[in-house]
Amino acid sequence: MDYNFHWRPVFRQLPDLFEAGLLTLEVAILSMILGIVLGLVLALLRINGPRPLRWIANIWVELARNTPALFQLFFFGFGLGAFGLHLTPYLIVLLGLSFNNAGYLAENFRGGFLAVPDTQFRAARSLGMTASQTYIRIIIPQVLRIVYHPMTNQMVWAVLMSSLGMLVGFRELSGETQFFASKTYRIFEYFAVTAVIYYVVVKIILIGSKLAARRLFKY
Amino acid sequence: MSEPISFFSGFQANDLLFLGEAAGRTLLISTLSITIGTVFGIFFGWALQASRWLAQTTIGTILDMFRSVPLIIQLILFYNFFPIIGWNTSPFAAGAVVLSIYTAALVANVARGGIEAVGIPMRRAARSLGMSYWQDLRYVVWPIGLRAVFPSWVGVALSVIKDSALVSVLGYMELLRASQILITRTQEPFIILACAGAFYFALSYPLSKYSQKLEESWTS
Repeated sequence: MDYNFHWRPVFRQLPDLFEAGLLTLEVAILSMILGIVLGLVLALLRINGPRPLRWIANIWVELARNTPALFQLFFFGFGLGAFGLHLTPYLIVLLGLSFNNAGYLAENFRGGFLAVPDTQFRAARSLGMTASQTYIRIIIPQVLRIVYHPMTNQMVWAVLMSSLGMLVGFRELSGETQFFASKTYRIFEYFAVTAVIYYVVVKIILIGSKLAARRLFKY
Repeated sequence: MSEPISFFSGFQANDLLFLGEAAGRTLLISTLSITIGTVFGIFFGWALQASRWLAQTTIGTILDMFRSVPLIIQLILFYNFFPIIGWNTSPFAAGAVVLSIYTAALVANVARGGIEAVGIPMRRAARSLGMSYWQDLRYVVWPIGLRAVFPSWVGVALSVIKDSALVSVLGYMELLRASQILITRTQEPFIILACAGAFYFALSYPLSKYSQKLEESWTS
């Protein structure tokens, strides 16, 4: 083994890497928020939406779940370009991740909704609640508890998937790493440090979600 | 005098052949990685389940790292690491190794779940009927556990097929990279991406529906 490791250039760039890491987190969180809202809508549409909307929801969910995430990013990148719609790398990653998150979360939410018994809905209605009150106060809190763990996993996936931004020219953590790595040829060192950053971020999310669950679901 | 020179040429019939070959490479690297990864994954899963403490701190931690770092980073990292230890690999070999470890990390969890799905009373019963430890694993745990986690194994296999698209960063000519090259040449992104997407979908959708059916028929 005659390879000399050079860690110094990497450590000098650490502040830039951390900043890029914040961008990664930002995209992941925004795509999760969009994904949760869209996923809820898709799940409700799949359960009892009007026919054409239900089809659209089904197609969305199956496409998101059965094609590679990279394909979805390429689609938002090159594919929409075919229609003269050129998105910035940031938007490509954000929309691609949101599309993917929504598809996976919709399936989880649907399972959650189906797990809450019908009688709950009827009981709340007969107590005089309106349909929307029933959903907001009775059904959704119970669903949230069922899908909390899958949602945490999806958040981790969103962080990991955002690394694909590298391939569409987005300078988040991975893209930034590649940029510096190709400038200095210290590819292994740079990516090793980035791998550690991802690992720490993922662990923080998992621990944070565990602590939050302890407070949220006390009873 | 002469026809205007164009850098771009339209989508032709033999481009489909090119995409087809690339799809074959996608299938090759994913089946290879799924096979190797599953064998190792089952072994790791058994180790994690059988010797809680020791395996958990060694194998468990390492496999957890492979699940917490983006696959694309793992690929680049190992592709650049192998030459350092004196092993000059092709993108295919490096990709297959990383994908196999990644699969093993995912399968280990599934396998452990499968072993845990077989209740302890059942296993004690098997042992008290005079079965050896290995007989118990082979004739009791394997059939029951397999049934419990087969659908999640299908899920892992499908996600590895989809994730194999990432080996393109190393320059391995799989389906998505081939379509990217075609897009650059033909400037017809929509139809090419549609072909690539249709291939993944046609592979993944029936399998996921099938495993869903199995799951429903086994739980009811």
